[in-house]
Amino acid sequence: MTTNLIQAHGLTKRYGDFVAVAGIDFHVAKGESFGLLGPNGAGKSSTMRIIAATSQRTGGDIKILDKDPNLHGPQIRAHLGVVPQQDNLDTELTVEQNLFVYGRYFGLSSSFIKNKIEELLDFAQLVEKRDVKVDALSGGMKRRLTIARALISEPDILMLDEPTTGLDPQARHILWDRLFRLKEQGVTLVITTHYMDEAEQLCDRLVVMDKGKIMAEDSPAGLIKTYSTKEVLEVRFGSERNAEMSEKLKQHCERIEVLPDRILMYADDAEKVLEEIIKQGIHPITSLVRRSSLEDVFLRLTGRSLIE
Amino acid sequence: MSITTEPKVVKPYGALYVAEYRIRNMMRFKALIVMVSIGNPFLYLLSIGVGVGALIDSNNLIDGVPYLTFLAPALLANAAIAGGMDETVFPTLHGFKWGKIFFGINSTPITGSQIAIGVFLAAMARVVFLVTIYWIVLYLFGALETSYSWLAIPTAIFAGACFAAMMLALAAKMENDNLFFTFISRFVIMPLFLFSGTFFPLSAMPIYLQWIGWISPLWHATELGRFLTYGREISNQMLFLHVAFLSVILIVGLFFAVRYYTRRLAK
Ligand SMILES: Nc1ncnc2c1ncn2[C@@H]1O[C@H](COP(=O)(O)OP(=O)(O)O)[C@@H](O)[C@H]1O
Ligand SMILES: [Mg+2]
Repeated sequence: MTTNLIQAHGLTKRYGDFVAVAGIDFHVAKGESFGLLGPNGAGKSSTMRIIAATSQRTGGDIKILDKDPNLHGPQIRAHLGVVPQQDNLDTELTVEQNLFVYGRYFGLSSSFIKNKIEELLDFAQLVEKRDVKVDALSGGMKRRLTIARALISEPDILMLDEPTTGLDPQARHILWDRLFRLKEQGVTLVITTHYMDEAEQLCDRLVVMDKGKIMAEDSPAGLIKTYSTKEVLEVRFGSERNAEMSEKLKQHCERIEVLPDRILMYADDAEKVLEEIIKQGIHPITSLVRRSSLEDVFLRLTGRSLIE
Repeated sequence: MSITTEPKVVKPYGALYVAEYRIRNMMRFKALIVMVSIGNPFLYLLSIGVGVGALIDSNNLIDGVPYLTFLAPALLANAAIAGGMDETVFPTLHGFKWGKIFFGINSTPITGSQIAIGVFLAAMARVVFLVTIYWIVLYLFGALETSYSWLAIPTAIFAGACFAAMMLALAAKMENDNLFFTFISRFVIMPLFLFSGTFFPLSAMPIYLQWIGWISPLWHATELGRFLTYGREISNQMLFLHVAFLSVILIVGLFFAVRYYTRRLAK
């Protein structure tokens, strides 16, 4: 028995002729928080559904808890908690009923489920909402309930497909806090996201995915170190002048990216770069010095922005 | 999170958990279900007893029995079919599309087959309930002649099961069309009801329409019902044929239901 809970080689998913996941390799170790970062259509959800042992791969190999999902789907699913991209709660049932019914699907006893529900309502901050129909919950509450539901069977792996997409900032922070607690308790997390800040906050290690392929793999800090500089200087000259200015700016930094609305200048000391160009008589309309992020890593790897 | 206090084993009776969920869901409408289950046969029989009875005088026998007696087994089987359809078509459309609930269920150890069978079993629970009530109402109206007429309850349930199984498969297969079921009920179910020897013997219909009865589970179940409720003369071969036909439909229906459920979930 390896310590890897998930191990994939050349994993492929085709829908007809379309290749959504194009032969990827990855592994997830016990207790780790693993992320799939990539834009819409990268193949994250397709990969997640294969790991969740619901969708069948069309090529390659994957072992989850040392089992092949094509052969042992139900046995694998007994150990997983799944939070899909789209909530599929039963909107006609109450919060508590949703948790109860779901627990039953795992074959858990009523007494076990009832105790667990108390713990989970507390965890998901839904104690007061227990008798409320799911229909009446806010987006953030629904998401927390879906996470609570996934935890009812005390899974070995919790899978979260874009846990905070579509939520307002406050709801996202509440959710991150909850997920952080799980991480501290040693729950193995597999998370997909197209938010770099989410990936940075929650993932110990992640793969950057684009067009069904893995472009890079490391810790968030490791990726930034490998694929970007410490800092970035963002300057704007107005959309017509950006291209023309970039020629003059190139020599002042390690690397330059010209976006439609701004220019990104990569350097370990961006403050110094700004001083230099001003000395040269170049005056951007606005300028901003910031630390490099996974967004910059993605831009470097694919030439495109993460959120289009 | 905490140490697992329950072993994680896959239980074989997952279909029953799904049925349990479906029945809980139906229970939200229990008052309505009970009212319709009683009110429907009551109104039907009252209108036929009073209305049609006034047109056809009681000496005017059909197939050797009063009209109500002739009609009763067909009404019973038809009620079973309607109930079986209701509790399979909408839960299936709902489960796959509107709420995507089945995808949630399928991310537990429950399989597609178990979901299909669970929905089917819950539909059958509803059918058993409504057929039993229907039979009681028929009994109270004196539409049943034999001492063993209760045996028409299982044959009507059989017809309900056939339709439930077929609709389960069809609804899982139809990915993009809810209108389809409006079409089915107008142009398939309704003609079956009218041309399955419901209101007059199939043999009284022109030969070019009789095939509708032959392919209709309703007709086969109605014939069995007539044999059981007023002793209509039917040869052993024909009895066997009726049972065999219904069995085939049921098995084929369930086979495809399980297959389509599984496929659609595995995409
Ligand atoms: N069931 C499906 N049938 C056909 N194409 C699909 C299906 N699911 C996803 N796709 C396509 O596969 C690609 C990857 O989708 P997905 O895995 O959902 O990516 P992501 O989650 O990263 O946005 C997309 O182009 C999407 O349109
Ligand atoms: Mg997705």
